[in-house]
Amino acid sequence: MSKHPAWRDTIIAVVVLIIVLVIPLLHRSPAFEDFIIRLSAMALFATSLNLLVGNTGMVSFGHGMFYGFGAYAFALTMQMTELSLPVAAVIAVVATAFAALCVGAICVRLSTEYFAFITLAVQMLFYSIIISWQSLTGGDQGLRGGIPRREFFGFELESQLHLYQFCAIVGVLGLLALRHISVSPFGQTLRMIRDNEDRASFLGIVLWRARLSAFTIAGAFAGLGGVLAALFVSGAYPEFADWPNSGQAIFAVMLGGIHSFLGPVVGGMILLALNDLVTRYTEYHGLILGIVILIFAVGLRRGVLDFIKLIRLGRAR
Amino acid sequence: MNLEIRNLTKAFGGVRAIDDVSLTFPSRSLSAVIGPNGAGKSTFFNLISGAFRADAGQVLLDDEDVGGLSKAERMHRGIGRAFQVASCFPTMTVAENLMASVTAHIGQWGNVSRRFPPPGVRERADEMMELVGLTQVAGVEAAILSHGDQKLLDIAIALALEPKVLLLDEPTAGMGPEERWRMIERVRSLWERQSLTLVFIEHDMDIVFQVANTIRVLCYGRVLAEGTPDEIRNNQAVIDAYLGTEAHAE
Ligand SMILES: Nc1ncnc2c1ncn2[C@@H]1O[C@H](COP(=O)(O)OP(=O)(O)OP(=O)(O)O)[C@@H](O)[C@H]1O
Ligand SMILES: [Mg+2]
Repeated sequence: MSKHPAWRDTIIAVVVLIIVLVIPLLHRSPAFEDFIIRLSAMALFATSLNLLVGNTGMVSFGHGMFYGFGAYAFALTMQMTELSLPVAAVIAVVATAFAALCVGAICVRLSTEYFAFITLAVQMLFYSIIISWQSLTGGDQGLRGGIPRREFFGFELESQLHLYQFCAIVGVLGLLALRHISVSPFGQTLRMIRDNEDRASFLGIVLWRARLSAFTIAGAFAGLGGVLAALFVSGAYPEFADWPNSGQAIFAVMLGGIHSFLGPVVGGMILLALNDLVTRYTEYHGLILGIVILIFAVGLRRGVLDFIKLIRLGRAR
Repeated sequence: MNLEIRNLTKAFGGVRAIDDVSLTFPSRSLSAVIGPNGAGKSTFFNLISGAFRADAGQVLLDDEDVGGLSKAERMHRGIGRAFQVASCFPTMTVAENLMASVTAHIGQWGNVSRRFPPPGVRERADEMMELVGLTQVAGVEAAILSHGDQKLLDIAIALALEPKVLLLDEPTAGMGPEERWRMIERVRSLWERQSLTLVFIEHDMDIVFQVANTIRVLCYGRVLAEGTPDEIRNNQAVIDAYLGTEAHAE
């Protein structure tokens, strides 16, 4: 899709990363640092969902289960083994990818409506397993006891600054990887399926295989988001894998725009900022959020970045 | 490539849309398939291309039966097709449509290790656009193309797969008289330049009689007649069943 040279994305990523890493050296603000840490998790979560929703046209209501899966897999690996933190993170992501592969194997052949429905159902199943398997997961209390933050490569994640740096790096690299996938021939294949699956299959594309790959990749990156979330809260909670959390990712995607790669990141920013502001001033958090989303849905009829794109295209013509 | 159909049959519920049809399309021929609405023409193409599975009969490509193969495998053997309702990728530009199709054709659709398009693909897509005359609108989104250009794009997508046999389902559907002739001239020159075995479905009898080398007439799923334009024009059965009602066709 993109007409820009290949190195452009990398340059943008590097520049953004440098800026983000430099800010706390100039001025420390715990609130801002928390925001970036949570955003890095949310950005991976929402952008990976958009690989399904925007790129492929598969609306999953159960994406939170992989976010939760990644968080629990990581936290449990850290608690139960002596493995180093990056190794535990990789294990968690691979395990989440495998879980997504299994769930996807059931779901991706279904029609659009049933796909959405079944992802929701599987997520509820997963959630109730977390709740009831108390000895392992801590049930509805969440996984307690903290995550041992063993030092690696000089990163000491007990320190807020190091955690901030780590999350920013992982978040940006993760987004860059997703971007790479999105502008690859495979990413284009997903768009073909979204546009016209019948024609796509005539061209030799094996629909279920492409969809299952997309679902697995998306699950893996949601799992990576879950790893960052687990680090932030130093544990894992069943809410990560519950449907309101999946709803948050869908909101982020819709608010930011499904046809722009960075749309879900922008949406995630708006959502997090709203959450913070609104909870500070009122308890009617859901109400305000609902109104904002309605304004977007009815007023712009698309996400922020898609709206900006449309205006720019209109100007160009 | 020689395309031979033997005893092809397909029923939908009780309706025999294609009923024991046997026809041969010799290598490099340019044939028209005509017949009243609902005669089974599109179904015939769907059976050859593998979109539908036949109840009985064979589809032979140079004497090899491809009837058991999937539509993608048949496409790889050289059967390309365009659709009665233009079928392309609406949110992509014309160039992207063709690059994506070529990428799929060369088996690169699952590749995540490089950027789209893979090397060589852009050039192939440019060739296709040149061939059908879409170069002017290369950067235009397919969804906002004119109807005629969408039909051309559909044909170009089929050509991207390097077919030996090309099935065009009503390439001039929904066009005004002038545009029709322009379209059919393009189709004819494609046939000449690409040495294709080309079969097209068409309702406009002027076009059919002027362009096709041989004509097959389908009616209620059966072959009513086949022959040269002159033979068909004077065939009483065809006149009774179809040409007499030509005004109502389409
Ligand atoms: N997928 C399908 N399911 C059920 N019946 C079908 C299907 N496709 C075609 N038919 C039926 O088969 C018969 C032949 O249809 P077909 O589309 O092949 O006709 P056609 O000759 O292409 O007509 P037209 O000139 O209108 O395009 C019709 O009676 C139609 O209703
Ligand atoms: Mg038809």
